[in-house]
Amino acid sequence: MEYILCVVLFCVGFYAVMAKKNLIKIVIGVAVMGYAINLFLLLAGFRMNSEAPIITGDMYGFRPVDPLAQAMVLAAVVTGLAVTLLLTALSIKLYEKYGTFDINEIKKLKG
Amino acid sequence: MLPLFIVIPIIASLAIAATGKTFKRLSETLSLASALSLCLLSLQALKTVITRDVIIYNVGGWAQPLGITMFCDGLSVFFLVLVNCLALLLLMYSVSYMESSRYKARYYFFFLMLVAGLNGVILSGDLFNAFVFMELSLIASYVLASFGLDSENFEASFKYAVMGSVSSILILFAIALIYSKTSSLSYAAIAESQLRYGAPGFFTLLIVLITVGFGVKVTLVPFHAWVPDAYSSAPSPVSALYSGAVSKVLGIYMVLRLFFNVIGTTPAILNLTASLGVLSIIVGVTLALYQWDFKRLLSYHSISQIGYIMLGIGLGTPLGLLGALFHLLNHTVFKSLLFLNAGSVERATGKRNLHDLGGLAKKLPVTGSTSMVASLSISGVPPFNGFWSKFLIILACINAHSYWFALFAALGSILTLASFLKIQRYVFHGYLRDAFAGIKESPLFMTIPMIILALLCIFMGILLLPGLDSNFLGLALNVLQHGREHFSLIAGLPK
Repeated sequence: MEYILCVVLFCVGFYAVMAKKNLIKIVIGVAVMGYAINLFLLLAGFRMNSEAPIITGDMYGFRPVDPLAQAMVLAAVVTGLAVTLLLTALSIKLYEKYGTFDINEIKKLKG
Repeated sequence: MLPLFIVIPIIASLAIAATGKTFKRLSETLSLASALSLCLLSLQALKTVITRDVIIYNVGGWAQPLGITMFCDGLSVFFLVLVNCLALLLLMYSVSYMESSRYKARYYFFFLMLVAGLNGVILSGDLFNAFVFMELSLIASYVLASFGLDSENFEASFKYAVMGSVSSILILFAIALIYSKTSSLSYAAIAESQLRYGAPGFFTLLIVLITVGFGVKVTLVPFHAWVPDAYSSAPSPVSALYSGAVSKVLGIYMVLRLFFNVIGTTPAILNLTASLGVLSIIVGVTLALYQWDFKRLLSYHSISQIGYIMLGIGLGTPLGLLGALFHLLNHTVFKSLLFLNAGSVERATGKRNLHDLGGLAKKLPVTGSTSMVASLSISGVPPFNGFWSKFLIILACINAHSYWFALFAALGSILTLASFLKIQRYVFHGYLRDAFAGIKESPLFMTIPMIILALLCIFMGILLLPGLDSNFLGLALNVLQHGREHFSLIAGLPK
C-alpha cells in the first residue's frame, strides 16, 4: 500500500515536470519526485514493530530499522535542496530577463 | 594517494573562493597548480596500476562492510588520466579566455568543484558515494552552463538542470531498488550477490531506469534535448569539459561499470545500447548538417560521436569494446580541440554564426591549422586517430555480423566529413570580411593547449601498437572482460 502511494507521488511530480508550463511548478515537480524516491528509500529500510537503531548495550532481541537507508535519505535531501535552490534562483533570473514564468514564451534557443 | 584526487581540487577551489577577490592573479595560479599536481598524480596512479593492478583506500581506516572504499583499477585509471590531463589543458586555456571576465574566481571555483566531483565518481567503490559525487559535479556544471549571464544562458541552464536532476532521481530510484534487494551498496557486494542469487525480479525495471537515467548523461538521442543548449551556452573550455569529460564519466564510465562489472548484461541490453548508439549517430549528424551556429554544430557532433562509443559498447565483443574505449579517448581529444577552436574564433571575432565568418585561416594560423587536423580526425581520415577507432568499431560490427550497424556507422562518418567541410569552407577559408582585417591570433596560453591536442590527434594511433596497447587501453579492456567476477579477482577487496 505504501509503495503504491510512493508511485502515485512520483507520478504527480513527473506530471508536473512534463505537462506544466510554469517554471515554479516544474521546480515543485522535481522536488516532489525527489520526495517520492526518498520515501521509497525509507520504506526499503523499514521493518514492522522495530526500534530506533541506537545500541544501548543489550543486543538480545534488538530489531532496529535499517539506519543506512535513513543516512542515504539525509544525503539525498541535502543534494535535493541544493538543486531546488539552484533551480529557483535560475527561475528568478529567467523572470528578470523575460518578465514571465511561462515556458512557452521562454524560447530563444531552438534548432 | 587516492583521496588526494578529491581533496586537492576541493581545497584549491575553497581557497580561490576565499581569496579570489583580494588577490588578482591567485585564482589562476592556484587552479593551474592544483591541476598540474592532479595530472602528475594521475600519471603516477597509472604507473602504479600497471604494476600492481589496483589501488585501494579505505576511508578512515574502516574496511569494506562498514567503511567507504575508494579504488582505482584499470578502467578507473583510464578515465582518471583522461579527466585530469584534459582539465590541466582547459585551465591553461581558460587563463587567457576568461581574462576579461568579472567573475574569474567563481569560474575557477566551479571548474575545480566539477573536476573534484568527476574524480570522486571515478574513484568511489560504492553506488551511493558515486551518486553524491555525481550530484556535486552536476550542480557545478549547471552553474557553469549559465556563466554567460544572458537570457539564453539561464534558459539553457534551467533546461539542463531539470533534465539532469530528473535523471538523477531515476538513478537514485535504481540505487534504492538495488539496495532493497542486496542490502549493500558497494560494487563488490552487489556483484557477488547477483552472481549468487541471480538477477532480481525487477531486473527489467532496473535496466529501464539505468538506461533512461544515464542516457540523459551519456547524451543518447531520445534524451539529448539539453545538449546543444548547454554545450553552446557554456564558456568554450567548459563546453570542452562537458563533451570531453562530464558526459564520459557521469555517463559512459558509470554505464560500463554497472553493466559489465556490477549488475551484468544480457544480449537484449547490449542490443538496446547498440541500437540507441546507431540512432544517435544518424540523428546527431543529420541535425548537425542543418546547423549554422559553430558551437551548436559541434554539440550535435558530440551526440553523434558518442553514438559510435555506445555502438562499440553494445556489440560487447572485445574488439568492439576496444574500439569504444579508443574512440572515447580520441573523441575527448578532437572534440575538446574543436570547442577550443570555436572559443578562439569567438574571442577574436565575437561571432559564432558560420554565415558571418570566413577566411580566418590567414588571420588565425594556429587555430586554422589545428581545426583542420581535428576536422580530419573527427571525420575518420586515415592517418589521424579518429580513423583507427572508427575502423575498429566498424570492423567489430562486421565481425559480429551486424552489417546494418556497420553501414550506418560508415554513413555517419561520411556525413560528418560533409559537415566539417562546411566548417572549413565557411569559417577558415573563402573570403575574409573587412571587419576582421585587424584581428590577431589568440595568446600563447590559448594556442599551446590547442597545439598539444592537435599533436595528440596526429600521433595517438600509436596507442594501438602491440606493447603499448596492453598498458593503457588494454588495462581498461581487461576490467570489462572480467565481467562480474572482476571484484572477486581484485585481491584485497573484501567480498
